[in-house]
Amino acid sequence: MASFVFKNAHIVDPVSGLDTVKDIHVTGDVIAGIGDNLSPAGAEEIDLRGAHIVPGLCDMHVHFREPGFEHKEDIRSGAAAAAAGGFTAAACMPNTDPVIDNAAVIAFIFDRAKGLPVDVYPIAAITKGRKGEAIAPMAELREAGAVGFSDDGSPVHNTKILRTALEYGSMFDVPIIQHAEDPYLFSGGAMNESIVSTELGLPAISRLSEDAIVTRDLMFTEYVGGRYHLAHMSTVGAAQAVRSAKSRGLRVTSEVAPHHFSLTDEEVRGYDSNVKMNPPLRRRDDVIAMKEALKDGTADAIATDHAPHAGFEKEVEFVYAPFGIIGLETAVGLSVTELLLENWLTLPQLVEKLSTNPRRILGLPEIRIAEGSKANFSFLDITAQWTVDVQRFQSKSRNSPYHGRTLTGRPLGIFNNGQLVLHR
Amino acid sequence: MSSLSIPHLLGLQNVPKEDINLILDSTDSFLEILERPIKKVPTLQGKTVVNLFFENSTRTRISFELAERRLSADVVNFAASSSSVKKGETLLDTARNIEAMKVDIVVMRHSAAGAGHFLSERCTSRFINAGDGAHEHPTQALLDMCTIRQKHGTLEGLNVCIIGDIAHSRVARSNIYGLLSMGANVAVCGPPSMFPYDLEKLGVRVFTDVDQALQFSDVINVLRIQLERDAGADFPSLREYHNTFGITRRRLEKLGRDITVLHPGPINRGVEIESEVADGPGSVILPQVTNGVAIRMAVLYLIGTRAE
Repeated sequence: MASFVFKNAHIVDPVSGLDTVKDIHVTGDVIAGIGDNLSPAGAEEIDLRGAHIVPGLCDMHVHFREPGFEHKEDIRSGAAAAAAGGFTAAACMPNTDPVIDNAAVIAFIFDRAKGLPVDVYPIAAITKGRKGEAIAPMAELREAGAVGFSDDGSPVHNTKILRTALEYGSMFDVPIIQHAEDPYLFSGGAMNESIVSTELGLPAISRLSEDAIVTRDLMFTEYVGGRYHLAHMSTVGAAQAVRSAKSRGLRVTSEVAPHHFSLTDEEVRGYDSNVKMNPPLRRRDDVIAMKEALKDGTADAIATDHAPHAGFEKEVEFVYAPFGIIGLETAVGLSVTELLLENWLTLPQLVEKLSTNPRRILGLPEIRIAEGSKANFSFLDITAQWTVDVQRFQSKSRNSPYHGRTLTGRPLGIFNNGQLVLHR
Repeated sequence: MSSLSIPHLLGLQNVPKEDINLILDSTDSFLEILERPIKKVPTLQGKTVVNLFFENSTRTRISFELAERRLSADVVNFAASSSSVKKGETLLDTARNIEAMKVDIVVMRHSAAGAGHFLSERCTSRFINAGDGAHEHPTQALLDMCTIRQKHGTLEGLNVCIIGDIAHSRVARSNIYGLLSMGANVAVCGPPSMFPYDLEKLGVRVFTDVDQALQFSDVINVLRIQLERDAGADFPSLREYHNTFGITRRRLEKLGRDITVLHPGPINRGVEIESEVADGPGSVILPQVTNGVAIRMAVLYLIGTRAE
């Protein structure tokens, strides 16, 4: 059985409360010991002086495109991108072809992810075919291993379907994950509605489109119960609504994508389709509201909405380009640069947003850095500066607006399922 | 003669006043050529211009084509009815294929805002935007400004109001940017449901009462109401639009003074403008069309002969 000893790393584990420099000895996939100056016989030594070891990061919102769109990404390349980004787990959205709305597709995904160092957890569709018309077989999907339900990419707009999903879904204690957008207000929009869309003459998506659905959904959650999770929250109004719902004791959680706490719609000047995603980049006050939401707990998780598209698909007129950017390999750098260095979050809080909370929301096993626990870590250098180069990404796709940007904070590798992945 | 600071004409936003003045001044000499019995000069001899039109347009294409031929350029017309995406070939591939045939200037109309911007960053030809989505239509605004200047002698300090569907109008945007650069006072008027978000931040006055707008104006630019567009979603009906915003002789007579009336065409008689106004004494709609050819000659000349 393979044996490793990780030397001199700063361990930060919000669950066990660990915040100290120690060595960790791992045998197979189990933590055999934590202590000072460990040098067990036969163990390979990895010196991590200056780096941090944290519980394995979990991205609760990715698009791995398999089955159906393997030219953009597949489960293997998506998992490689996750590992490169410091993640040991990713939850993949069901807008595949076929849609994840039956047990067979879930079994297929688990089969494709077998043996990888990154755990891949399927999120199943709320409605059959993600068409928003009839509820998917949620019991069958949950039994097969779905960790949540979402029609992501499209909203559940029909109020009766929304009510049924929250009520029926409450049996399984997994979240109903909403892509909050009013389809009437959306109407072909390509960017946020603001003075920038006015100047550029681009069809716009107003903040109202998100705010209206979130506000409505929270009324439903309050009335019927159930667990509601807001995907890719992006507006001042949505954050206020979630904050208020939490204060009333609703079972509501939310996530924010790194691009929504780091970029504004001013980036769209120049018509680069690598800044086109949905929800779109918003205004400066929204960006600050996302940071505040992460700080005060209104936002529980940082999730990338990793959405790969081939170059030829993105290299078109802005309005015709598909929505979405990849995010797995820049999430840690953006989180450290924008949140840790700007003092919005401490490192333990950042680990909560990137690991503890998303796992809790999806009902995944808790990770504890303690003797006898399963070894599931990410290695981070939170002081390293590096320049984003999309050509070096593990993802099959290159659609990132951060190419050339210098970030602080770099994932060094992961250890999970008995496998070590190091990037140095 | 001096030369333009810009390599392409993609829009009028952020185009220096000196460039706009240069185009307007050059236009005067081309207008003179248009009055000659032989309306052709050898200025662009040996240059190839492609008119790349992804949206239907008769008048703008003809205006450009006449301008190109009168400058002795070799002219190729490329008309694609629908978007590049639906055709199967990307816009970039189409442009690169045409460029591989060694062209110098591309005049493009496209339904997508920013299409010219997108191509100009990826190709080597000079680009002239003949309309991109709801973004800009710079030669239209230039010919509007040229026409106003002919009538009033200057743009500085003039009160100009653009009336109609501002949200979807590239003519409105280009006029706003150009007129503000040239020192005019710009207003817009229309139903608020047809205003783009935060419109005032462009630096314009906003009217919803057309009579107040007329009182403000020395010049009005009446936009075409797109008959196919969103009746019932953005405004109730053409009838109600005409009654509320239509420019009628009665409305103009109440002013007790003459104002100049522009319209980018094609006009919908009886909708946004009454026939008696379109054909009336203040109308400069036909001079606009003549000036359009001269403006495009000036732009083609200045872009086509600009040193790399």
